[in-house]
Amino acid sequence: MSSPPVTEASVSGVSEGRFWFERERVLGPLFLLPAVVYIVALVGFPLVLAVLYAFSGVTVGNPRIDEFVGLDNFRSVWTDRVFQKALQNTIVFTVISQVIVLILANLLANILSAEFRGKRLVRFLVLLPWTTPVALGVLGWFWLLDSVYSPIDWTLRFFGLLGPDTALGPARNMYYLGTTELAQFSVILVHIWRTLPLATVILLAGLTAIPQDIRDAADIDGAGFWRQLIYIRLPLLLPIMAVATLFATVFAFTDLTIALVLTRGGPVNDTQVLASWAYFRGIQGGNLAHGAAIALFLLPVLIAIAIAMLRLARRSGADEGS
Amino acid sequence: MARVETRQLTKQFGDGSAAAVNGIDLRTEDGEFLVLLGPSGCGKTTLLRMIGGLEQPTSGDILIGDRLVNDLPPRARKIAMVFQSYALYPHMTVYNNISFPLKAAKIPKDEQKKKVEWAAGILGIETFLDRKPRQLSGGQRQRVALARALVRDPSVFLLDEPLSNLDAQRRASARDELQVFQHQLGTTTIYVTHDQVEAMGLGDRIAVINQGQIRQLGTPSDIYEDPADTFVATFLGSPPMNLIADGDELVGFRPEAIQLADHQDAQDNTSSLHLNLDKVREEYLGSEKLIYGEVEGTRVVARVAAHLPLSVAEGGTLPVTIARNSLRIFDLESGIRKQIQAARISSASSSGLGSVSGASSADEVTA
Repeated sequence: MSSPPVTEASVSGVSEGRFWFERERVLGPLFLLPAVVYIVALVGFPLVLAVLYAFSGVTVGNPRIDEFVGLDNFRSVWTDRVFQKALQNTIVFTVISQVIVLILANLLANILSAEFRGKRLVRFLVLLPWTTPVALGVLGWFWLLDSVYSPIDWTLRFFGLLGPDTALGPARNMYYLGTTELAQFSVILVHIWRTLPLATVILLAGLTAIPQDIRDAADIDGAGFWRQLIYIRLPLLLPIMAVATLFATVFAFTDLTIALVLTRGGPVNDTQVLASWAYFRGIQGGNLAHGAAIALFLLPVLIAIAIAMLRLARRSGADEGS
Repeated sequence: MARVETRQLTKQFGDGSAAAVNGIDLRTEDGEFLVLLGPSGCGKTTLLRMIGGLEQPTSGDILIGDRLVNDLPPRARKIAMVFQSYALYPHMTVYNNISFPLKAAKIPKDEQKKKVEWAAGILGIETFLDRKPRQLSGGQRQRVALARALVRDPSVFLLDEPLSNLDAQRRASARDELQVFQHQLGTTTIYVTHDQVEAMGLGDRIAVINQGQIRQLGTPSDIYEDPADTFVATFLGSPPMNLIADGDELVGFRPEAIQLADHQDAQDNTSSLHLNLDKVREEYLGSEKLIYGEVEGTRVVARVAAHLPLSVAEGGTLPVTIARNSLRIFDLESGIRKQIQAARISSASSSGLGSVSGASSADEVTA
């Protein structure tokens, strides 16, 4: 081939000029920009603000954040009985609801992975709570659990289980949101109702991903239902179960809506959680610094979960690779 | 060891489509290596899965060792199966994979260990017992799958295309190993494949299956030399048997049955058929060459030794001969082999075969 010698200038002129837009160095940052702006504005900025608030004496009436008070806010928040109750509730509600969700989601996913008539309809119904806006869903529960007009109470009374001289009597109502144990139970129940669909769908996807050949091989190898469940299915589901649990834990741990809409932290702060207590102290009570300090107590747990998730993702990635 | 028998076995999948397996009667010998061969979707895997108990037959009976097993779950059938994907348990080590069936059978730990080591020894995988399946090559995985099948002391092995995930080179040596392995154990083996080379090389007998039915059951040479119908004739052999229409018959002959006429001493019309290949084109393949041509507009392929020179240029007409005893006659309508062939070969000039050669090259016939 004999072509005229190409000068360096003409080559770079072409790539710098007409095609500069297609270069990765230009295009990459451009595509990344919206995500970065979004995260900085809606996650990064509020986080920094919360940290600044937590170390200052800022209140709604006194919006100065340059007054550094050290760990004073954390100290006074920590010694508050309500805070301790809220911290304990947050952990207990999350752990109990997640354990139950994990068990129920495994059960449901195994049932839904079987072939039966109307499977699509059942799957759709199971997923429905997840698609409902949280506030609306919780409002529905609020009515269901109403102290006077609860339809659950009507039903119990109809079957003769509630009221004078009955098993659950003598009161004519259960007062689900008015007594400590029942209110806490109700909050956990709604948490379960809320996170079960997502966990089920994630596990269902994990189950579907187990090849038919492996199930067939286990059948041939003589493993019955329980042996297959314990030695084959659950171990193979473990990574995806971890993902589902971490997701659901984040939702349960940081949830504000359920405590706020269902019980407003009551009765007498018995269902207060960190998120709702931060809201009541910081926004309703006007003490922004205390609110921020309370909210920041969530941070170490969330960071730990984020690290665990990234590790899981990396490990499963490495598994695929080798 | 045991005989496997199916009686009028049929499988109809839900949606009212044609039966995947349509009334198959099959009977293996004791210790036999039986290959189920057919194109994809012919029902061979469904047949195997029914024998294994992974699929419920719509009707018909399955007997293993003269015992009716229709209603027995897979684990009670004393069978072992190797899957196309090997289906190793990815989260378990090789050792635990192999010992899994023994655990399920509640065999004592020390006995498990002995068995696993014995099977691993036979298959030469002792050194990676503590690895996970993903750390193994395709060939090693296949051997682990075989070891897992072996420890159960099955009376029947069911193998579903176990070599198809290996590369071509590895496949040839694995085929060899598999045959040695089976002869060593002498366990009845049913082997599903769509690869005719595997089928011919491995099988004591081959069942050629198409559209849910057995088209022919016989030894590899039976099936190759005496195909029962045009499906079998064209499914086996590469390139497949040539078929030329002649009246209400199809005349078939293998590509290697064709000989170049000028290398044939006797121009004897009673023992051989003379044809002219039009529009010839050759394809050099190293040890041999393929000659493509046409006889009365029908494509014909010949396979000859690579060193034989062609007497004509590309596109010309090439005279060839075919020994009459290598001709196979099929019914044009049904494709089924005609058994009256012997009579036809002896009366060459008056037969339909005569007219084939006459029409294409009259001068050759008269010579």
